[in-house]
Amino acid sequence: MSENAAIKILICQGTGGISAGAKKVELEFTRLIEEKGINAVVGKRCDVIKTGCRGLCANDVLVDVITPELGRVTYDFVVPEDVANIIDEHIVNNTPIEKKKAKPYYNTFVDQQMRVVMTGCGQIDPDSLEAYLEEDGFKAIEKCIKTMKPAEVIDEVKKSGLRGRGGGGFPTGMKWSFCAASPGDKKYLICNADEGDPGAFMDRSVLEGDPFCIIEGMMISAYAIGCYYGYVYVRAEYPLAIQRLQHAIDICYEKGWLGKNIQGWGFDFDMRIKMGAGAFVCGEETALMASIEGERGMPRPRPPFPAVKGLWGKPTNINNVETFANVRHIINKGADWYASLGTDTTKGTKIFAVTGKVKHTGLVEVAAGMSVRQVIYDVCGGIANNRKFKAVQAGGPSGGCIPAEVLDTPVDYDSLIKAGAMMGSGGLVVMDETTCMVDVARFFLTFTRMESCGKCVPCRIGLKAMLDILERITEGRGQASDIDTLLEMGATIKKASLCGLGQTAPNPILSTVKYFRHEYEAHINDKRCPSNCCKELLLWQVVEDKCVKCGACLKACPSNAIIWEKGKVAYLDKEKCTKCKSCYDACRFMAIE
Amino acid sequence: MSDAPAEVLPTEEIDLAAANQIIDKFLTLPGNLMPVLQGIQDEYGYIPRPTIDLVAERLNVYPSQIYGVLTFYAQFHLKPRGKFIIRVCVGTACHVQGAERIVDTFFDKLHIGHAETSPDLRFTFEKVACLGACGMAPLAMVNDDTFGKMTVQKVEGIIADYSQRPMK
Repeated sequence: MSENAAIKILICQGTGGISAGAKKVELEFTRLIEEKGINAVVGKRCDVIKTGCRGLCANDVLVDVITPELGRVTYDFVVPEDVANIIDEHIVNNTPIEKKKAKPYYNTFVDQQMRVVMTGCGQIDPDSLEAYLEEDGFKAIEKCIKTMKPAEVIDEVKKSGLRGRGGGGFPTGMKWSFCAASPGDKKYLICNADEGDPGAFMDRSVLEGDPFCIIEGMMISAYAIGCYYGYVYVRAEYPLAIQRLQHAIDICYEKGWLGKNIQGWGFDFDMRIKMGAGAFVCGEETALMASIEGERGMPRPRPPFPAVKGLWGKPTNINNVETFANVRHIINKGADWYASLGTDTTKGTKIFAVTGKVKHTGLVEVAAGMSVRQVIYDVCGGIANNRKFKAVQAGGPSGGCIPAEVLDTPVDYDSLIKAGAMMGSGGLVVMDETTCMVDVARFFLTFTRMESCGKCVPCRIGLKAMLDILERITEGRGQASDIDTLLEMGATIKKASLCGLGQTAPNPILSTVKYFRHEYEAHINDKRCPSNCCKELLLWQVVEDKCVKCGACLKACPSNAIIWEKGKVAYLDKEKCTKCKSCYDACRFMAIE
Repeated sequence: MSDAPAEVLPTEEIDLAAANQIIDKFLTLPGNLMPVLQGIQDEYGYIPRPTIDLVAERLNVYPSQIYGVLTFYAQFHLKPRGKFIIRVCVGTACHVQGAERIVDTFFDKLHIGHAETSPDLRFTFEKVACLGACGMAPLAMVNDDTFGKMTVQKVEGIIADYSQRPMK
């Protein structure tokens, strides 16, 4: 990397970017720049930099070209074939290619957000310590060690109002002070990066895009609490995050940012990565510690809380990735600045992973207190395919659904809980009229039942029993008493389970019953799925009144079961149909039932 | 009580040198059971029976404890796996976008179910919760190759492609 490169080409290489082919795009840029000798003409003034995820995963591969003449120009959907063109037109001739430029909504998507945690993601090379130092890297830990006492650091975090970003929302400064107050000289710090929630990927993006800020956040926390050893517990399903974080840790050891007597400031901190092995329950803190100790990842009752008796029986402090990523900004810019963002009870920003039936899926970081409606419609462009909005599922398997009537709920811990959902890890799955809420409840319950560790009875047996009922309902064998049974069991499981997994697992069912009871009733009483989603209840026929004769179903059908001619109503041949439902998704008019 | 004779499993013959090296590497680390097992799985592709006895002896833990860990975590496999591991994401976003039909189509075409391996050791099929590229939903992966925005039509092509690749 050259210091004075005037032209920078930033290529988004989070997991989303790489699966869209970012590596090939990067190689093509490098190859052509070598070949065309842009460097030879004007010295080495062209840098190809890979960055972490920029958030708008739906439009990968995103490429930013920054030249002194034109400033920053963003291209989206870049494929290797476009590269030659971009170099010729934009870099050599200084005329951006209007056709390939990201549409105005890209700017809307970015401008509506408030990037605090994700400032570095997508802007800097995650493998480069120099790039991080240029962004004021490690300034915060320096400030802490040189000008603040540990207790002052904790006070600063308390004052900022930062709450746990893993979803629980416990005040971070309080948590630190408990652990700091525990006697003993051996304490542990753990960063929880076991992001098992399907549909949330912000922790991974931060690890992949800006791993140094996690290291710095942990150093500050360690200094405040008085511990010298940290673990990062990362899911094994995140190979790229593990690789980049490991690389960052190795560089820090090499350059004296980790280890004994860091930078000669008289502060020691060691850390290592611990790979998870695929168990959702290991995101629960006591289960996570058992997993680090090499046991089955089973939760244990609290108290004693980890702050008193945690890993290997020593006081332990556990925070989520996003929590640690906030810390350096609080120290650098001050608690008052941080407390000025967000609402009364929820300070700062929160990253949401917005997925599902929305136009622009991706990661969105907004100041707490923005309404769910704004997140979905203003930032992410609304519902795809001109369909009607039905609900948004917030908080993953432990969260609930927010229907249209409470869409103006602000995104903060307390308001979301009031609406029957929760902040959780920050996954927002948007659903339209073709998504069946009973099926969604069944989906989440399937997941939590699979991932239940089986230690306590309410969760192990209760979830199975609830799932059986839901499966019956979606297969058209529901009974009149089912809804009440579900509500009753859900309440019991919430009360009686040992850990957060069981205590929150019934939430998706309880909230869908609360807001979409009519869908349950349609399944049970009329043996019909109003959203045309549950396979067993479909008639596999075209509704002639609704069919607009467009032929979209014909193109989608893999088994030639659709008979259609131009200007005629389509017909579905049940003999050939494999019941794959491709036509249902293709039809924009709900004309197949 | 049945009086049928107990099933005798054939013992596998494998080279334990690599496993021993992995154990040496982590011998002094606290909580070393998981890293050792992860290392062994990376090396052999699964956890062969003889290595369990070896780990039990060298780390001084009961084999039952090791089985406890192996069967708890989804990542560990006790049987050999296929050369091409097909993973279809069934996370929330993919589910909403219709991942189930992609899964069903793979089942139909490969005749193997979730977490099963074809007899010729070519394919292993797995449903996984979230591969984290939700913007490309529904998503499938074969080893390290990603296929975004999957449709039922694409399944056949993928299977055909990997069926022709060399097994070595």
